[in-house]
Parts: sequence; C-alpha cells; structure tokens
Amino acid sequence: MAHGLVIVGGSYAAVQAAASARQGGYQEPIRILSEDRHPPYQRPPLSKAFLTDAGDASVPLRADTFYAEQRITLELGTRVEGIDRGSKHVVTADGVRLRYDKLILATGARPRTMNVDGSALEGVCLLRSLDDARSIKRRLADVQSVAVVGGGFIGLEVAASCAKLGKKVTVIEALPRLMSRALPPMLADWFANQHRAHGADLRLGIGVAAFRGTGGNVHSVGLSGGTEIPAQLVVVGIGVVPNEELAKGAGLSCANGVLVDTFGRSSDPDIFALGDCSRHPSRYSDTPLRLESVQNAMDQGRAAGATIAGKETPYDTIPWFWSDQYDLKLQMSGLSAGHDAHAVRGSLDEGRFSVFYFRADRVIGVDSVNRPAEHLLARKLVAGRSALSPVQAADASFDLKALAG
Amino acid sequence: MRGAIDHNLQGIEAECGGCLSCATCHVYVDERFLPLLEPASADELELLTGVAAERRPQSRLSCQIPMTAALDGLTVHMPERQS
Repeated sequence: MAHGLVIVGGSYAAVQAAASARQGGYQEPIRILSEDRHPPYQRPPLSKAFLTDAGDASVPLRADTFYAEQRITLELGTRVEGIDRGSKHVVTADGVRLRYDKLILATGARPRTMNVDGSALEGVCLLRSLDDARSIKRRLADVQSVAVVGGGFIGLEVAASCAKLGKKVTVIEALPRLMSRALPPMLADWFANQHRAHGADLRLGIGVAAFRGTGGNVHSVGLSGGTEIPAQLVVVGIGVVPNEELAKGAGLSCANGVLVDTFGRSSDPDIFALGDCSRHPSRYSDTPLRLESVQNAMDQGRAAGATIAGKETPYDTIPWFWSDQYDLKLQMSGLSAGHDAHAVRGSLDEGRFSVFYFRADRVIGVDSVNRPAEHLLARKLVAGRSALSPVQAADASFDLKALAG
Repeated sequence: MRGAIDHNLQGIEAECGGCLSCATCHVYVDERFLPLLEPASADELELLTGVAAERRPQSRLSCQIPMTAALDGLTVHMPERQS
C-alpha cells in the first residue's frame, strides 16, 4: 500500500507543494500536518489590512472545499516531534506514527524574541500567526502609543498600520538605518522620511535596555541611552529563526536552514524542505540562499510538488519581494547586495520610481516604489542578465520593454 | 482568480496571490460580461502592459474582478500563456 506524501507545516510552501503534486498527476495520499489551529491563511495582510480594517477574519489560502476536492487531508493543531528515517515515519506530539513515502518539511521560521528585562510583560507582542495578529489587534483598540522594535518590513508595516489608525508610533531600530538588510542607504533614508512625514518617531542606531510595566502590563520602553518611550503596546519584529530542529534531529544537513538541492531535496532524497526553513543553491547568489518570502515558498513548492509527481522541475525563479507601507508599494526584484552602481528612474519626489542596481555592468536588482509594471519588467531584465547601463536605466525614454523582450 | 485557485485549475498562475504584483492571472473577459465589470484601476492597467500573452481590449487581471450575483455565469477565455 502506498503511504504517499506527508507534509509538515501548513502555510504557503506546504499548500502549494500539495496542489502542484496533484496538478502533476500525483495519485497517492497527501496529508498536511499543521501546528496552527487555523486552516492555511494569507500572512502578508496580518501586518496591514488585517490590523486596520474591520473584523478579524483571515483570508484563507484556499477555499475549504479545495482540500477535499484535491484529496488532501488537512490535520490542524498537529505538531510533529520526530522523524524516523529508517522506517520512514513521522511521530506527532500525541505519539501517533505516520508512514511516508515522501516527506516535505515546510516548518517555516519563528520570530526572534527579546531577552531584556520585561520581555514577558503583557503587551509585548510578536507577529507571525493569525493568533498573534488577533492579539495585537485586540490590544490596539485600547492604546494610544505603540512602540515597534525593529525597523524591518514587518515592523514598518505594523508602524504604518498603527499610524493609519491614529496611534502615536515610535520605531526603535538598533542599526543606523531602516530595512538595512534589504535596502541600500539611499532608499532606506527615503523611506525613513516617509515614515516621519506620517508622524512616526524613528529612533535609529539605539538598542532597547528594558520593557517596563505596571500590574504585568507594559507601559514603556527603556532605551539604552536612558530615554523612556511610553507605549502600551510593543510589537517586536527583529527577524526570524528557521524551524530546522526537526531536520537536525533526524540528522539532515542544516546550516541556518535545511540544506536542499535545486529541487528542494534535503540530504535524504525522500525528504524535501521548502520555504523559510530551507536553504537552496541559486544562480542569483554565490552562496546558498535562505529566503523569507511568499514568492520563495510558492515557487519552491511548485517545483517540489511537480518533482514528487514525477516531473523533475528545478526551482530557478528570480527572488522577488514586496512590502506595503502607507500608500507606498515597494516591490523588489533580484538581490542588490554587492552592487557597484545604481541609477534612479522616475521621481523620488512624486513617490513613483525604481532604483536599478548594477554589478560589473549587469543589472542585478531593482527596487520599485509604486511602479508595478516596471517591477515586472525588472524581473525579466534581472533574470535575463540584461546588458543595461545606468545611463539607459535612468533615461525615461529608453525602452525597457523592448530590452526585456 | 480565487475560483481558479480554489479548484486547482491550471492556466491561472496567480503568483502573487492577488496583490497586484504579477500579471499572471490574465483573462479575456467574454464580451457579454465586459459592461458589467467595474473599470480597471490605474495599477491594473499598468500591470496589463506586462502580460505575457497578447493584450486585448477584453484583457483583465482576474484577481481584480470580485464576483457578485450580477456576474453569475461569468465567462472568461484563457490566454495562451501567463509567463
């Protein structure tokens, strides 16, 4: 009897891999084991519209009928604690042993936590899951001042949402600039000005010494210089840690992420690892990449699903990301780290532009603000390693579409 | 778009999940239904310049067509390719 495909995790990569396996003609049983007690849902809105709009319903990844129609068993609230590779079983927290033919680990990542004094106070929140977002939203209704620790995408999206709701917002970032892992200084500074213009107080290049509270509830953030920032709600967004313990425990090769090949296969060819928890080789990087993005989870899921269905499909998509802050739609294509030149196309003042990054006369990445069509072209240009000069990129009359082909 | 995704139909890729970032849920809306749709937004029109297949007057991104009772029976035609 076929035991089929077992998938650990219940978000983008898990659901997409299952869907793509079925699209590829995979006929064996498919079982998704998700620790989350909610059916798979969209995460990006949780820091944006979910916080600002009425209601607290999630946006499902797929309709309820999808799973039955596709013969995919969805087991919610199920935590997997071990893998027995010898007999090809996973073991759940309840002690249930499930046999697999192929196993996918799509266990994601968890938010990094603070360990300063007061980190356990009520009102000091992390944001990853629907339950996290509901907890933040519930508190938001009663507070005037919000502090966001971490000036990355999640933190700044939350800051923008809170400012939209009329809250007094302070963003505290240990590094001298916002989003410094993703954006170059010039664009980071531009975004900092946008946040200030919307009323956010940015405290850059300073750490958090402690959270202080009364009656178990946070009321302020103590900065390392001694300043106190009043806040009845603190959202901590200081990065994530890959959930690779299950893989490590099973002896799979890991290095800050489960190491996989271009098909998503780990060092055990019957076990795949996809999405935030995995690290894959990429022609866009000299070293294997661990990406934290919807695109990566979806495209890796597509490739692995098709591969499991019998059609070996490499994952070779250009990395792209997006972040919505206020009315600014930031869309990033490629990886701009290590660029030696850049060019701006469009108008910074009007908030509609793209920044093109170059290395050795090739375009390697493009960040677009409110230029969705240019973002699409940019993905083609970067993927095609197009010969584009900074002068051409900055020239609004130069035809990018013709070059992208 | 959601209809296609929820039934695992091929031909609508919807890479971005409906956030106006990809232009891979392109459809040609049947002429009979065109007058019933809300017009495309500026962002959708901009993205439609980037669709992989031929862009026609009936071209829309299906993530921007919310289904309503008035659209019952909506017929769309699939483009040759999405990417």
